[in-house]
Amino acid sequence: MAAAIEAPPLAPPAKPAAPRRPLSDHLPSIDLRPALVVARRELAAYFATPVATVFIVVFLALAGVLTFGVGNFFARGQADLVAFFSFLPWLFLLFIPALTMRLWAEERRLGTIELLLTLPIAPWQAVLGKFLAAWAFCAIAVALTFPFWITVNLLGSPENGVILSGYIGSLLVAGAFLAIGSAMSALTRNQVIAFVLAVVVCFLFAAAGTGVVTEFLSSRLPLLAEAARSVSVFERFNGFVRGVVELRDLVFFASLIVFFLFVNVVIIDHRKAD
Amino acid sequence: MAALIEIDRLTKKFGDTTVVNDVSFSLKKGEVLGFLGPNGAGKSTTMRMLAGFLLPTSGSARICGADVVERPVQAKRNLGFLPEGAPCYPEMTVSGFLDFTARVRGYRGKDAAERVAGAMKLTELDAVRLQPIETLSKGFKRRVGLAQALLHDPPALVLDEPTDGLDPNQKHEVRELIKRLAPEKAIIISTHILEEVSAVCSRAIIIARGHLIVDATPSELESTGQTLDEFFRDLTLNIPAFGF
Repeated sequence: MAAAIEAPPLAPPAKPAAPRRPLSDHLPSIDLRPALVVARRELAAYFATPVATVFIVVFLALAGVLTFGVGNFFARGQADLVAFFSFLPWLFLLFIPALTMRLWAEERRLGTIELLLTLPIAPWQAVLGKFLAAWAFCAIAVALTFPFWITVNLLGSPENGVILSGYIGSLLVAGAFLAIGSAMSALTRNQVIAFVLAVVVCFLFAAAGTGVVTEFLSSRLPLLAEAARSVSVFERFNGFVRGVVELRDLVFFASLIVFFLFVNVVIIDHRKAD
Repeated sequence: MAALIEIDRLTKKFGDTTVVNDVSFSLKKGEVLGFLGPNGAGKSTTMRMLAGFLLPTSGSARICGADVVERPVQAKRNLGFLPEGAPCYPEMTVSGFLDFTARVRGYRGKDAAERVAGAMKLTELDAVRLQPIETLSKGFKRRVGLAQALLHDPPALVLDEPTDGLDPNQKHEVRELIKRLAPEKAIIISTHILEEVSAVCSRAIIIARGHLIVDATPSELESTGQTLDEFFRDLTLNIPAFGF
């Protein structure tokens, strides 16, 4: 005589589906392919002009002179690349703005930006594509310093793990400077201005943690000194050179890159309204 | 039939200067609109807003129903745009450049190759396909820009001065090409060559100082008894008396 127990409704009856616009209308498209197409074109453009050759030759020559000459590599009698890695960020400070100054400024000067931005891609895809191309180019230039690595391995037995972490750190510093330089390039059609702005902003992030700055700040504004040290690109890079790869440093570099790429997109978008 | 290109009360201000002022019109399939006006009248600015390169200060524009501000990527997929001066990447070869635009538009492999070949055939670029664009004459550069705009066979075409810098034969060829494409598309061409309007356009719009002042067929313009030249000069020189 058990009465049939009616199960309580588990869920309120489904509402009639409202007519919906396709999801793609609401979500930013996350299609990476257009960005990769842009990246490929950009990378080919470096090698289609003398830019690539001149850049790489001068970069390698300077890196060699600084490491083995100025850096007293042989006199130190140590089989490591500490000398190389201590000069590399300063080289980046000069070379990377030279690489990024043309990214957007050149497009504006030639008028090709009108073509690029009227193709069916989102601004972030163009920004990311250009950044990836420049980063890949830097990676090629840095990879071509492999004779240094071979040299130290011939002369002694260095800790190759430490060298690897130094290279990883180098690429991250390069990425941060590239993102900054690219955003600065989007501000102007004048490449010289783009170069100078990029050097200045990169220098702020580079020098923030150096002794001069932190001492000056800690005697007056101790709080700012701490902040300055925490945004210092070189300070974080030193960890990598010592062979310490920390998550928070990786997050720092990733945030810095994403932040400036975002700034870049905002600048590109904003200039449409001018 | 739904309009392929719609412009509704489009306005663009740069600072205090109003470059395009409350311009509205729409275009159906099969129409070729000649966009006329003196230099600085707002032709290029209107076209740039239509192509999504500039944001309108107010008003809206739609390509095949997609708003150029709200759904820019969708709008751009259906649009072929030749920017003023036909800018192209100078160091790229003709086929390399067209291949790039095909890939950005999502064509891959064989599809991309076919698109590029088709666009080069339409604009007769085969002879220079492997030449860097910076080594080409002005006429060829213009045709590269045109090829890029036609590559994906878009329903809407916006061409900013497509025949500028071409010699008379090339001008004739481009006009013939536009006429051939016309039945399947909605086309806007800007020009300051008035004979071009009677040669290819089914409709003419004259704008001056940002205002749309005439929207008529070429034969209507001619029926005023004046030559097109006189008509144009009268209208565009006498704007202050126009009551704005």
